[in-house]
Amino acid sequence: MKKEFVCIACPVGCRLTVWDEGGEVKVAGNTCPRGKAYGVQEFTAPMRTVTSSAPVKHGDQAMCSVKTDAPVPKDKVPDVLRAIRMIQIKAPVKVGECVLRDVAGTGANVVATRRVRDKKR
Amino acid sequence: MDRKVDVAVIGGGPAGLAAALKAHEAGARQVLVMERDSYPGGILQQCIHNGFGLHYFGEELTGPEYAQRFVDQVEHTDGIEVMLDTMVLSVSPDRVVTAVGKAGLITVQAGAVVLAMGCRERTRGALGIAGTRPAGVYTAGCAQRLVNMEGMMPGRRVVVLGSGDIGLIMARRMVWEGAKVEMVCELMPYSSGLNRNIVQCLEDNGIPLYFNTTVVEIHGQERVEGVTVAEVDPATRAPKMETARFVPCDTLLLSVGLIPENELTKGTGADMDPVTSGAVVDAARQTTAEGIFACGNVLHVHDLVDNVSREAAIAGENAAKYALGKLNKAETVRVMAQGGVRYVVPQRLVKGEGKAELYFRVGAAFKPARLTISCAERVLVSKKKLVMTPGEMEKAEIDLSQVDGDVTVRVEEG
Ligand SMILES: Cc1cc2nc3c(=O)[nH]c(=O)nc-3n(C[C@H](O)[C@H](O)[C@H](O)COP(=O)(O)OP(=O)(O)OC[C@H]3O[C@@H](n4cnc5c(N)ncnc54)[C@H](O)[C@@H]3O)c2cc1C
Ligand code: SF4
Repeated sequence: MKKEFVCIACPVGCRLTVWDEGGEVKVAGNTCPRGKAYGVQEFTAPMRTVTSSAPVKHGDQAMCSVKTDAPVPKDKVPDVLRAIRMIQIKAPVKVGECVLRDVAGTGANVVATRRVRDKKR
Repeated sequence: MDRKVDVAVIGGGPAGLAAALKAHEAGARQVLVMERDSYPGGILQQCIHNGFGLHYFGEELTGPEYAQRFVDQVEHTDGIEVMLDTMVLSVSPDRVVTAVGKAGLITVQAGAVVLAMGCRERTRGALGIAGTRPAGVYTAGCAQRLVNMEGMMPGRRVVVLGSGDIGLIMARRMVWEGAKVEMVCELMPYSSGLNRNIVQCLEDNGIPLYFNTTVVEIHGQERVEGVTVAEVDPATRAPKMETARFVPCDTLLLSVGLIPENELTKGTGADMDPVTSGAVVDAARQTTAEGIFACGNVLHVHDLVDNVSREAAIAGENAAKYALGKLNKAETVRVMAQGGVRYVVPQRLVKGEGKAELYFRVGAAFKPARLTISCAERVLVSKKKLVMTPGEMEKAEIDLSQVDGDVTVRVEEG
């Protein structure tokens, strides 16, 4: 089955057509090799980094922004978001600190992307 | 006068922090950053998505991470003081800064001032949509702050007007927090947002995007109950009322542009550029008000914070030089936008040695585009690019030793 994508690797936005030809993934419509790599990735295993924020207890901020420390499979994104909604972060937190391990079985961890300090300050 | 500093920086966003760091590095001993928020970092604090820093740090960061890198550096620099919860009220032409903060009213005499107040969003009032005035109409940035920083959802069923990056990012964010986003309407026949955001924010989440479409009326008494959307004539942008239809929703998010926050700048007497809505500056980012510099979104709206940081470093370095008496007054030539070019920053150049980077934006898409930068009959830069779009800031370097008069920057099809 042929699939159509818009290449997002640069602002030109080439329209890619990607299909499987006897086990080999073919890309047409790309202007450069980056487009080919993107097409193959989107066709075979689209990945996304998830960013969100989660509530903090006793922090000088109500919320702490978080992200997955690696891209996760696109179809796992809803599960990842659901898991993030259940997190309760306790202040203080540092940027990069892990707040949830192996989220939704993806192997990626959820890490804090902002610093939140204790409320008393 | 309560105190004296070498360099006063107004605004503690990415522009202000980078300017302060560079000013200190360039020899300013006392640098004071004044920020009205309770935390430094500016608008990046609420931009929790990633895609920042690829150019500046060579890695992909979220907004808060990008900001924190500068906050950390500032906190480790003794000569820089950050005054939070401090709202600057005025900057006089002779660089007296008046602000109100925790300790009440203060005045500071600065050797040089860097303006880094960022921008604000255009609101519905600036647009004049017809209908009632119910609750549930937000700017996308305001909703972004509510959701990402306060943990509050502005609504459950959403229409987004405007397909710039902030609108696209917020459409996804609302879906990810459990809302239904009915559509994104775009007045123009194209989006100024990145392809990446159209794909990953809208297509991934099944959100339709309608071009040549706008919101003509808002309905509801207490709360938004729906909006009327209509297609517009691509030539005149006037709504075609025969295409009007009602879309039920409880929330309308407006992502219809940013305006540099320049009330303070005007008080300094600096010349303003009517196209950028920011000050007119030379390559040092000095305004026409001596010793007063500007950088970041207060100067012109940037799409990449990486460019903000670079511009801020230029402003900070030169502000320090000015404060130390090392920046001499010099005659300038003008830089003029021509053809498809909407504006160029800096708008002035000092003749002399070295290189200068010109940043500019086109007013419409060019595919392919030919750029020509010239000084009188002399061509300084001539190059082709596959595509130039209004959403993307372009950059070109020129050799100042070649400049002896006004410079023109021109983009044409070809
Ligand atoms: C809602 C929104 C979303 C955005 N999303 C993105 C994005 O996803 N990606 C991207 O690259 N760019 C984004 N931008 C652009 C972004 O603003 C810039 O990349 C960058 O943050 C600009 O930095 P700045 O320091 O110039 O401005 P800001 O970050 O706006 O910082 C200005 C600071 O000045 C302070 N200030 C203003 N007036 C005063 C005063 N009178 N006294 C004291 N302090 C004052 C403000 O409180 C603020 O902290 C967004 C902009 C907005 C408005
Ligand atoms: S294929 Fe190459 S030129 Fe085309 S959009 Fe992708 S990266 Fe850009």
